[in-house]
This record gives sequence, structure tokens and C-alpha cells, in this order.
Amino acid sequence: MSDTALAPPGDTSASAGRSLATLAILRLRRNRAAVVSFIVLIAITLFCVVGPWLSHHAYDQVYRSYVGLPPSLSPYPAQNTLEDAMRGALDRARIGMRDFTISGSTFRVTLTSPNPIDPRNTRYIDRVDQFRDAKVVATEDGGKSLVVEGTVQRQLFLMGTDLAGRDLMTRIMVGGRVSLLVGLLATFVSLVIGVSYGAAAGFFGGRIDMVMMRVVDVLYSLPFVFFVILLVVYFGRDFVLIFVAIGAVEWLDMARITRGQTLALKRREFVEAAHALGVSELSILRRHIIPNLLGPVVVFMTLMVPKIILLESFLSFLGLGVQAPLTSWGVLIAEGANNIQNAPYLIIFPAIFFVSTLFALNFIGDGLRDALDPRDR
Amino acid sequence: MVAQSLVPAERREAMNEDLKDPILAIRNLKVAFATYDGVVEAVKGIDIDIGAGETVAIVGESGSGKSQTMMATMGLLAANGQAQGSIRYRGEELLGLPPKALNRYRGKTIAMIFQEPMTSLDPLFKIERQLIEPLMAHSGLSRSAARARAIELLTKVEIPNPAERIDSYPHEMSGGQRQRVMIAMALANKPDVLIADEPTTALDVTVQAHILELLRGLQHEFGMAIVFITHDLGIVRRFADRTYVMRQGVVVEQGDTGELFTKPRDAYTKMLIEAEPAGRKAPVPPDSAIVLSAQGMRVTFRQRRGLFGTDVRTVEAVKGIDLTVRRGETIGIVGESGSGKSTLGRAILGLVPADGAVRYDGALIHPTDRHAMRPLRRHLQLVFQDPYGSLSPRLTAGEIVTEGLLVHEPGISRAERDRRAAGAFEEVWLDPATRHRFPHEFSGGQRQRIAIARTMILKPTLVVLDEPTSALDRSVQKSIVELLRHLQTKYGLAYLFISHDLAVVRALSDEILVMKQGAVVERGTVDTIFTNARESYTRELIAAAFLDNPDGRSFT
Repeated sequence: MSDTALAPPGDTSASAGRSLATLAILRLRRNRAAVVSFIVLIAITLFCVVGPWLSHHAYDQVYRSYVGLPPSLSPYPAQNTLEDAMRGALDRARIGMRDFTISGSTFRVTLTSPNPIDPRNTRYIDRVDQFRDAKVVATEDGGKSLVVEGTVQRQLFLMGTDLAGRDLMTRIMVGGRVSLLVGLLATFVSLVIGVSYGAAAGFFGGRIDMVMMRVVDVLYSLPFVFFVILLVVYFGRDFVLIFVAIGAVEWLDMARITRGQTLALKRREFVEAAHALGVSELSILRRHIIPNLLGPVVVFMTLMVPKIILLESFLSFLGLGVQAPLTSWGVLIAEGANNIQNAPYLIIFPAIFFVSTLFALNFIGDGLRDALDPRDR
Repeated sequence: MVAQSLVPAERREAMNEDLKDPILAIRNLKVAFATYDGVVEAVKGIDIDIGAGETVAIVGESGSGKSQTMMATMGLLAANGQAQGSIRYRGEELLGLPPKALNRYRGKTIAMIFQEPMTSLDPLFKIERQLIEPLMAHSGLSRSAARARAIELLTKVEIPNPAERIDSYPHEMSGGQRQRVMIAMALANKPDVLIADEPTTALDVTVQAHILELLRGLQHEFGMAIVFITHDLGIVRRFADRTYVMRQGVVVEQGDTGELFTKPRDAYTKMLIEAEPAGRKAPVPPDSAIVLSAQGMRVTFRQRRGLFGTDVRTVEAVKGIDLTVRRGETIGIVGESGSGKSTLGRAILGLVPADGAVRYDGALIHPTDRHAMRPLRRHLQLVFQDPYGSLSPRLTAGEIVTEGLLVHEPGISRAERDRRAAGAFEEVWLDPATRHRFPHEFSGGQRQRIAIARTMILKPTLVVLDEPTSALDRSVQKSIVELLRHLQTKYGLAYLFISHDLAVVRALSDEILVMKQGAVVERGTVDTIFTNARESYTRELIAAAFLDNPDGRSFT
């Protein structure tokens, strides 16, 4: 009786039907956690995908003057550090200085030396991250003192810099690209392989099913890390290898789930009805089995993306994943963990992104499961 | 909580004048469900009285709110349900009580048994444990005393060897026995009111009759009131003292059962009473061509047991059956569940591996290989019992109906397929405009019509109908029976009609095969079987179907 309460007869005037998917979306929209998670996930994705283009820093640009800066809303360098920075730069050129003044974003300094100064020495100033465009504006004392003007280069490091002096925010963006890409692509790979393999095994059943699932069992028994090391030994380290390694392992779960669902679906009467109509096995698989598998598979997929992101971090943590200077969230967190005492922000910021993504994906997964199977509340 | 009744007090009293002191009084009960399409009112302000020791039936079709009324009484509404009004048990208000307070009544003075005995028992525990736990909880008995009482209860519900059966698991019992265990559980605390929600619908007709007899006997012994929620008027007529007829959440008629059946006032009640499939099939001309013949159909299932599957057991589901179907003829196959009637139908269509020879139009089609069988499938079709399970939920009704065309006429265009789908919808009396909807948007009867349209679009010559009306309400059944008749006369279809419902079989068949444990125990024309059955099994089936009308109304 409860089904009449949950699904009242539809409005008879409308001729277009509402598919199960439409109803599921309707239900999903009522799930506040899932909706918020969707928004968060889209925001994080946009941040990672678009961010590096808008950022003023390249992910692999090293600022030697700004190593291990804590996060800050005001730009570097700070006014009071500029004179020291200038002195440091000129010390390297063995040149003295006086009259260091700053007005707005330009600086003016007088270089002094017992000998005439080669104007090319201004490149020592440019070499420091704080200053650029140093130009000689006046020559005094027969070249023994030069007046140099240039701009102060102000840099914003909202999330600080890492211990190599690279902007953490840009690295998080790029790392996010890698992590999300690995998550999505590896999930997609395992989805395609797993669903077709599992559906075929379940549908044909009998001996075929037996052989196919034993193959899965054999693959399961391969230790994952061992498998990855083997791949690395043979093919060398490669970004693509991560997809292959993760995809090759994760499709096994998907195949098992799909097979179980297929076995249940196969006994449903609409499949038997298709048999009775003379529909070929392949068409039944394509038209009846796989579309009905999608519900549980979609749910499993949303839970698989975080799992794969974690796996990638694990591989990168072991040094088998992405290579520096390219990074991923896993690598960033691993680096942050090494410096948790002197620079806690190095783990806090990547972890915030990582954890929010995982949370969002899990909430979406839960929401989808509820939306696709309303009786399961 | 208690809303003002919309029915004037004096009229309410008039309605219940013969019932001075009801033990369960439902007043102006409203049940509403919050769904994604807004609030749906399942029950719209009804009054029901249950007197001590009487049997009251609440009849109505699915969706009439009859079950929700009693679910509200038991505080078992779904989470999105909301009940308003008043439900009083011996003067005490039940509605709005917190679950803890409600548990003083639930299972103790008011007990309930459900439709599905297969799922109401926990498969993990022995029935002993499931029986004694409520006894220990409610009456504070010791374990051994509770066990003794449980055995006593099982004796009361006529379970053979109760002292041994108490240690079995639910899966070791038949459906009827499980329902008896459920009744024993309900009786454990000697309730005043027993609510039985379609207690026999899931059971075979003969088992159904035994369970009803048992309930009647127990009622005498315990002096409790029984509320029967059912759509089966045969049960109502035999067992209920008073009857409420519900439709769309409203009580349309109530009164003494005998009076209600002889002089129904409401048009809906009349329709329900007359919904029993009537009429007979016109005989087939004797020179009609043989469409299909099957000789020595035998189906054997092999079950592997043991650690390595070495212990092979064989179960013969169909034990060598011959049958012949002529053009325009209907063969009814009746029997209880497990008698092999569905397997026989599938074996003839080559859907389960079987021994024997099947000839279609004179040509041998079984044994043959699958590929050779495929083009013949369009002539030999199958309609299933469950219209909810037999339609793929992800395809639109139009796609479902035209699926066979993709196989058998792959050349035709999409537009042509759509046009034929519309035609097939009209053929089964459905609005062609609804063909873009999905199966879950149709009612059970409409879905069954879609399933029929799916077969009719291929212009078959023989259709195997596997319990096509069993999952449907009586009035819907009637229209499906009419549709099947109409299609048969229009196209000269041959039917193999598999059913346990003898009323429908009688209305549709020329010849009847009675099956028991895989073998035909009796076969003959409809008249011989119904008036002059040889086998006691056949007579038992007929008796259990309540076809004989006490008022002598005959089917012509």
C-alpha cells in the first residue's frame, strides 16, 4: 500500500513522462547536504581549473627571497624589509649604498663604490624577487656613485609559500587539477571496464561467469604496491602510469558490484519478457541490463572518486606518483606533514581542499543513493 | 490533535445506532502523505466502529485507503504520513500517543497480521525465538514457560508437530505455515482486536480457505474482534458480520454483510459485487486449425549441492505433458503454486530447457536452436503476472511496446514504429498520448495493458498468459478479461491461460488442465471440470475459490 502513497498517479493531462532519472534529480534537489556539496565541488573544480591562469605565480616559480612565508592578506615585501633586501643584493655585488627611499611602488637608491661602477651591476638588484626594472637615472662622482630607480615588486601569497619558495595557492590549484583528473579519469576507466566486464559475466552466467570472476580474484590477489612498482620498473615513471595502475585495480570492485546487480536484474521479468520477444542477448544487455545498473553504479562512482584521489596521494607519498615540480594534493599534504611544526599552514590549506572535496563527493554519493532508491530511507 | 468532525453528530449516531459500545472507534480519521507532488490525502475523514467479538471487513481496491486506516490505528504510518481525527480503544485515545505509550496496546490488545508471510518473519532466527521474545517482554514469562506457551499457541494454530516445528527456521515452512506462525504471534497476548491486512492474498486458494477457517475457530475461542482488510469479496461474504466499503479514502457504504450483498445501495459497491468475471467463451469451431501442439513436455531442474556440487538432485517440475491448441482456442491451466504450470508455459515457448517436442503450424520448433527460434518468437508471445516487474523501468511505454519491432521488423523507420505504438495503445484501450510516459506513471491495470500491447504489436498467433490478472484488483481484472476476449475474437488468437484464479479461468477457457506437482491430474471442458470434477483435488480448488454463490446468482 505504501507505494500508492509515495507515487501517486501522475497528472493525466501531461503527455511527456517523467523518467526515474528526473524524479531522482527532483529528490536530490531536496537534499540540502547534496546540493551544498555540489556547489562546493563546482567551486573547487573551477578554482583548480581556472585558477592557475588568473594566478600571478607559476606553480613551479621559485621565489628565493620568500621561502616558507606564512599566509598573509597583505602583499610582500613588507616596507621595513626592503632596505635589508637592497643591502643584501648590493653586498653580493660588493657595492655600498646610501639614501634608500621608497615612494609608492618605486624605489630610489644611490650606489657607492671606491671604483667606478659598471651600470650592468643593476642586474644584481633585479635578481632579487623584491625589485625589478632597476635603471640608472644619474651618474655622479665620475661613475663612483650611481642613482638607481626601479619598481618594488609586490607579491601576494594568500596561502604563503612552501619551503622552496613557491606560491602554495597556485600549487594547490595545480595539485587539484592532477588529483581531480586522476580521480575522474581513473574512475571512468574502471567504470567502462568494470561495468562491461561485470555485466557480461553476470548476464552470460554459468561457466563464463565462473572463469571471468576467477580472473578478477587472481587480479585482486596482486598486492597493489607491488603491482605499481612492477609497472614503474618496466615503463619508467610516467603520469599516465598512475591512471593505468589505479584503473587496473579499481575496476575489479566495479566488476563485482555490477555482476551482483546483473544477476539480480537477469531474473527480473522484463528481461525474460525481452527473451520472449526474441531480443538478442547483446541487445538485452545494452537496452535492459546496463541502463538499470546505472543507479548503483553512479553511487559507487561518487564514492570511488575520493578513494582514487586517496590512492594517488598514497602513491605520490611513496614517490611513485607525480614528479616534482608537478604536484598533487597528496604530495602537498605529504610535504606539509614533514613540516607540520614549523609551517603548519603547509598541511592545513591543501588538507582543507582535499577534505572538502572528499566530503562533498561522499555527501553527493549518499544523496544520490537516497534519490535513486526512495524506499531505502 | 482531535479535529472537529465534518459529519453532524446526529448523523454519526444514526450510522452507528446498532453499535452502542464499540471497543475500537475511529472518528473522522484523515491520513495524508507528503510527497514530492504535494500532499496526497489517502483517507478523507472516515468513521469506523468495531464491536467486541465481531468480524468487520473493510473492502476496497488498492489505493482506497483501507490499509492506511489500520496502519494509522497501529501507529505504523510511513514517515511522510500524518493522521488526524480520533481513534479510541475502549475510550482511550490512541492517535498522537508516543510510540512507547502506544506499545501498551500494540501487540497486546490490538494485534495485526500482514499480507506477506514470507517477509514478516526474520529469516535468521528460529521461530521459537521470534515467538517467545514478545511473550517474555509483554507477560514477563520465564524462558521455559514462554516456550511451553509458544508450543501451545502453535498447537492452537494447527501446526503439525508443534514441539518439533518450533525449532525450525522460517524458510523451512510453507507460506501457509508461516502465516499460521504469524497468527500465533498475534494471538500470544490474547488481543481484543486482530487486524488482518489481506492475510490470505499471498497464499494458494486451498491454503487460503484453511487459514480463514482457522481464524474463524480462533475467534470463537478467544472472543476477539477481527478486522479484515481485503479486496476479495468472496472472503467478505463468507466471514464478515459487517462490511465497510471504501473508495478513494471515503467510506461509501457500510452495513450488515448479507444486506450489503443483496441490496447494495452505492453504485461502487454494486460494481464491486458484479466485478467477478462473468460469461463464458464461445466454443471454437471443430474444424479450426491446430496452432501448436506439444508432446511429452518434461522439465527437470538440477540442483547441485554439497561442497563441490557433486551431489546432484533433480526436481521434475513438469512430468511429460501433451497439449494441443487450436486457432481461437483458450486452454486454461490451473493449479497451486509449485504445480509447474508457469514452467510448462515457458517450456512450450522454449524459455526454459525442456524435453519433448513442440510443433508450431506443423513445423517442429522444439528441440531447435535459439537462432532458428528467434523469428518464430513473434508468433508465440508471453504476458507475465506482475505488471510492475515485467516492464523495464528505464524505457518509456512506447519504447517497451515497440521493442519487438526492433527485432522482427528492423527495417521500419522510427516514425513508423511510433505510429504502430500509438495503434497498439488504442488496441488495448489506452490513450496513445500516454506512450511517452514511463511505466511507474501507470496503474497496475494500465501496465498490464502495456504488456499486452507489447505482444499484440507483433500480431502473434499464440499468447501464453501467465497469471495476467492475479496481481490486479477485481474490477481491473474484469476489464483485462474483456480486453483479452475482444482481442481473441478480433484476431483469432490462441491463448494458454495459466492461473490459479478459477473465476477468471472459467470465464475465458475452452478446455482446462488441472496440474498438481508437475503432472496433469485432470483435463476437460470448462463445464465438465466445474460441474463434474473427478478428482478431489480439483473439487477442493473449486470449493476454495468461493465460486458457489449463496444467493444462487448464476453466471451466464
